[in-house]
Amino acid sequence: MTQTEQLITIAVVAAATMATRFLPFILFPQSRETPKYVQYIGRVLPPAVFAMLVVYCFKDIAPLSYPYALPELISLVLVAFLHLWKRNMLLSIASGAVCYMLLLNLVFV
Amino acid sequence: MKDVKANRPLSDKGGRSEIIKALCAAFPHTLPILTGFLFLGISCGIYMTGSGFPFWYPILSSVFVFAGSMEFVLVSLLLGAFDPLSAIMMTLMINARHLFYGISMLEKYRGMGKCKPYLIFGLCDETFSINCVTDIPKGINKKYFMLFTTLLDQSYWVIGSALGGIVGSVLAFELKGIEFVMTAMFIVIFIEQWKKHKNHVCEIAGLIISVVCLLVFGSSDFIIPSMTAILVFLSAVPKLTERGEDKA
Repeated sequence: MTQTEQLITIAVVAAATMATRFLPFILFPQSRETPKYVQYIGRVLPPAVFAMLVVYCFKDIAPLSYPYALPELISLVLVAFLHLWKRNMLLSIASGAVCYMLLLNLVFV
Repeated sequence: MKDVKANRPLSDKGGRSEIIKALCAAFPHTLPILTGFLFLGISCGIYMTGSGFPFWYPILSSVFVFAGSMEFVLVSLLLGAFDPLSAIMMTLMINARHLFYGISMLEKYRGMGKCKPYLIFGLCDETFSINCVTDIPKGINKKYFMLFTTLLDQSYWVIGSALGGIVGSVLAFELKGIEFVMTAMFIVIFIEQWKKHKNHVCEIAGLIISVVCLLVFGSSDFIIPSMTAILVFLSAVPKLTERGEDKA
């Protein structure tokens, strides 16, 4: 990507983000009732999308060759374990990232 | 500040103290977000500059995009081939939840005058959670209170991103693996979503559909098929996804 293309990408992402924030205020100016389907999708979309984003983060792992995606899997287990145990978002994220960086740079070099 | 003064709803006197009172009332509510945003902002900035982009990219995106998870994904979009359409689709799906924050805030943001566009612009997950649930104490100007939670939250994010961007661009070595902050963040959010629901049809469907699409379409082309399949699936089986749930 050239720098212009990069800046266009950033602008497009900013514009699309703004669209998601401003749209409700444009579509439902007065206390017009939100359509049932929209309400439904609003309840069920987030869990499915975050599941997709987890898969997205693991899209480039290579479980069949060294190091068999072990840094990713070990760190994944650590994050999940810590979060289920302590439920402290910062602790889970920071520990997972530090663990992954250590594994990547020191263990599975 | 001119606009703020012009909209002052109470007496002529005390405009400034009213603003300061609202700031003091809002600040404690944003403290938990201060640490979180600084940490994630710094990580995002380091990730971005560490991926070879100039230090002002994270600043630019923290000011204008201001959507944490999307900014991490933005880095991976920037590393790929130029594809604005996919970028739009990805952004719309990841940020679709904002639509529902907006719907929940329609009433609360009514009558916000000139602050309203900025309140909407800055309606991230964390600001939403404060402005939606906090009972603003009597005697505090609601408009200024919500303006300050929004403004403080974004300033933490911008400061974090700027720090990360600068640190990342002067680091002599590459912080290999920093991108796992994004992975860990999504795992944590996923677990939170899981705990919030009684039946896990949506979570499991999201996982299965994405993995199948990844295997079929490959890592660079699976997002749009996954999103389409997820939307179709969720629209098709409302009875299944809402079994045992309390309807909000």
